[in-house]
Amino acid sequence: MSTQGYVSVDAPVRMITMDVDGRPVKVREGTTILEACKTAEIDTPTLCYASNLTPVNACRVCVVELEGARVLVPACARKAEAGMKVKTDTERVRHSRRLVLEFLGSSVDLSTASKSTHEWIATYEANPARFGADASMPPPPAASAAGETASHDRDHAEPGHHASPDVSSAATVAQAPKLDNDLYMRDYSKCILCYKCVEACGDDAQNTFAIGVAGRGFDARISTEFVVPLTDSACVYCGNCIGVCPTGALMFNTEYRMRKDGTWDESKQKVTSTICPYCGVGCDLELHVQANEIVKVTSPADNSVTSGHLCIKGRFGFSFVGNK
Amino acid sequence: MDLHFTTDVPTDDEREAIDAVLGPDEASSPDGAPRVAMQNRGTPERRSLVLPALHALQAREGWISPGGLNHIARRLGVPPAELFGVATFYAMFSVEKRPKTVVHVCDDVVCRVNGATEVAMACRERIGPTHEENEGLMWIKSPCLGLCERAPAVLIQKAGRGRGNETLAPATTEWIRASVEDKKLVVEPPLLVGPATGRRLLARVGVVDPMSLDAYRAHGGYAALRRAIDIGPSLTIREVKDAKLLGRGGAAFPTGVKWEAVAQQPARPHYVVCNADESEPGTFKDRVVMEGDPFALVEAMTIAGYAMAAEKGFIYLRGEYPLAKALLENAIAAARVRGFLGDNVMGAGFRFDLELRCGAGAYICGEETALFNSLEGKRGEPRNKPPFPASHGLFGKPTGINNVETLVNVNLILGMGATAYAALGTPGSTGTRLFCVSGHIERPGTYEVDCGTPLSRLLEMAGGVRPGRTIKAILLGGAAGGFIGPNELDLPLSFEAARERGVTLGSGVVAVFDQSVDLVDTLLRIAQFFRDESCGQCVPCRVGTVRQEEALHRIAQKRTLGTLGDEVKLLDEIGQVMKDASICGLGQTAASAIQSAVTRLKVFEGGA
Repeated sequence: MSTQGYVSVDAPVRMITMDVDGRPVKVREGTTILEACKTAEIDTPTLCYASNLTPVNACRVCVVELEGARVLVPACARKAEAGMKVKTDTERVRHSRRLVLEFLGSSVDLSTASKSTHEWIATYEANPARFGADASMPPPPAASAAGETASHDRDHAEPGHHASPDVSSAATVAQAPKLDNDLYMRDYSKCILCYKCVEACGDDAQNTFAIGVAGRGFDARISTEFVVPLTDSACVYCGNCIGVCPTGALMFNTEYRMRKDGTWDESKQKVTSTICPYCGVGCDLELHVQANEIVKVTSPADNSVTSGHLCIKGRFGFSFVGNK
Repeated sequence: MDLHFTTDVPTDDEREAIDAVLGPDEASSPDGAPRVAMQNRGTPERRSLVLPALHALQAREGWISPGGLNHIARRLGVPPAELFGVATFYAMFSVEKRPKTVVHVCDDVVCRVNGATEVAMACRERIGPTHEENEGLMWIKSPCLGLCERAPAVLIQKAGRGRGNETLAPATTEWIRASVEDKKLVVEPPLLVGPATGRRLLARVGVVDPMSLDAYRAHGGYAALRRAIDIGPSLTIREVKDAKLLGRGGAAFPTGVKWEAVAQQPARPHYVVCNADESEPGTFKDRVVMEGDPFALVEAMTIAGYAMAAEKGFIYLRGEYPLAKALLENAIAAARVRGFLGDNVMGAGFRFDLELRCGAGAYICGEETALFNSLEGKRGEPRNKPPFPASHGLFGKPTGINNVETLVNVNLILGMGATAYAALGTPGSTGTRLFCVSGHIERPGTYEVDCGTPLSRLLEMAGGVRPGRTIKAILLGGAAGGFIGPNELDLPLSFEAARERGVTLGSGVVAVFDQSVDLVDTLLRIAQFFRDESCGQCVPCRVGTVRQEEALHRIAQKRTLGTLGDEVKLLDEIGQVMKDASICGLGQTAASAIQSAVTRLKVFEGGA
């Protein structure tokens, strides 16, 4: 053994073989069915899954049929085992994926969700409008003013109680966006409750715990304690919640304003990779620039320094670039 | 890690109530400090005091105030936002200021055919609309309170020093008035149980003073634990296996196999947990056991702890059972004093102690992994399985978790021997079972019969339907079970016969409905129940229960999207995704009763 250079001290990784759609697939032991599907080059829809967060397997859009299991299993969280037999394209799987997409599409505003979300809706022929004469989003209530305690029924829903359903339309999570600070906004009309922001704010990245999941059932929601504005909460404005949000429910104020004004245009944006100028950690930044202005800052999720996460300076401290 | 707090501070009263549960406050940072540095997030066992502390605050003030929540958060090292998420998960906690007396009127499937409407009307007349305060009072509707044999039922949540929650059944306006005015109610209502012959699990119920350990011992109590100690842990497990005891909570898993799996786990410590969160609509048998024979559960838990090498056990009791709580607290304390719990149980050189924890109004916490999360002071959201509780249960440790009825069967097995026990019932379903007979029936109550007894015989024992009435439908196994029609009364009450017929006995619910029932109304209530009780974690259940309820309302109001057939097909599709893709049993069975009404009772044929 060489005493110079790098010596791996990791335990040797065993490879196991499982069966995906009738084909043998070799994956590392300890990985998931989702990894096996990727290895087999099978496109698996995912919404609540993120490579840099602990799987919560809440959205259930990645379910697959596992031989011997009574119900479908989430590919993102279920560990791959030698000899497993998995099917990803059965009628049962397609039905569940389609209905999950219809459930979300009919209750949540997916207009700013990822491109792949819209592709999956098309692939699975999901028709969110089938649950109500007009299941499209009603016009959102006016935005709650900065600093004011946001008040909306969803924020104060009582667990175990709900109003009798209105048969003329399908229930949605529509509510006013929360604009309570200078840096980012929260529009929970677009929230699919994937738990990613809570994980990123908590144990998985920032350890700030400014937000949690509150309420229960369809009234479950992301909230600060007693719905206080972010400015009264533990928030440190790292923006890591924005970084992991898959639907645009959390957004830079710059992006929110430009979208409202109709000036947001990703085709006119240039993404420049650089290193954060502030401290010695050396986080990788991606500056999204439109019309010579930085409109958003991200970091790649697969970056070994950041895992996609930044702090307030790297995320929001860029106005000096324009010498303003 | 720093914890950040809003400026809200607790009142002296709130502080006192919370510190009575958490012990004296010796922390250096006072309430009101905006930031408190935490060495770590506290031990998991410490965090598990979240629910008892929230109960203490709710019981003193009638609500979870911001100052009180901050105090609990600081003392337990839990971020306030996270604690708010826990508090807003449970129906018995309110984060909005409420009057100190709140009347919860059960309007679930059984009570609504047995007088709940009249109670609700009386409340509306005297107090006003639901959820609105009127002269220090408020009333709201409640899911099943587990008092179906004495329907209609009411729970009165009474906050303030020296006050406590109370259940009333059958509830009359006079009783409700007396209770809200803190008048001592004269009589404790009887425990309605079936005929004395053939009672084994219920032998002491209604016969022996539930407060007295001596009375319990004089009637055979603690002979089972003595025998377990004589034969040792592994032979105790062998007895349970040979008796072929299947779990009585609904899933019918072999108890001995479960116990053996836990006992063999190398990780330490092991825990035993009793699932006493009986919340399935129409179920009340566990309450009857706990109210009538609480020491039996304490003894059975001790045997479980001994067999599975656990030194600590928890009973997670439904929050709406104040009487069972008082009786179990008394039983645990008495057993501790007399050496039946503690460092040297029965002088046999093993250590075991029990703690009673109360839920706070969340059906989902009867799901075993949700129950663990709730006990640990987290939101009662189910965990993905695998891993299973036998290896990763409470606090991530090997845990044996059993239902109340399952556990008290162990006393019976050790008392009579596995062979004799296994001779009871049928080869596939040994022993006796408790059934909760309620609804349109002459003598509702808890009935103990040998497994395999025909349903018709059980109904006969309960006196059948009222004179001049005929059975229209029977809900078996609760809201998560299914309906059968009057043509299926020959059903033998065994696991295997139920499986063969495509029904479930679940938690032993036999809710009988005669021709006066409006079945669509019953289905709407079941759909409302699941919409209210879904934890909200996974999409199929969170949204599926909403879409299911909406479709049923469209059918009931004759405002269908397309034809009635289209709506029935939509219900089927919604049911399929909930069954296939939900995380836990709640979502997986949220459509089963409704689907059974469609397929077995043909409820929508010929229009709604």
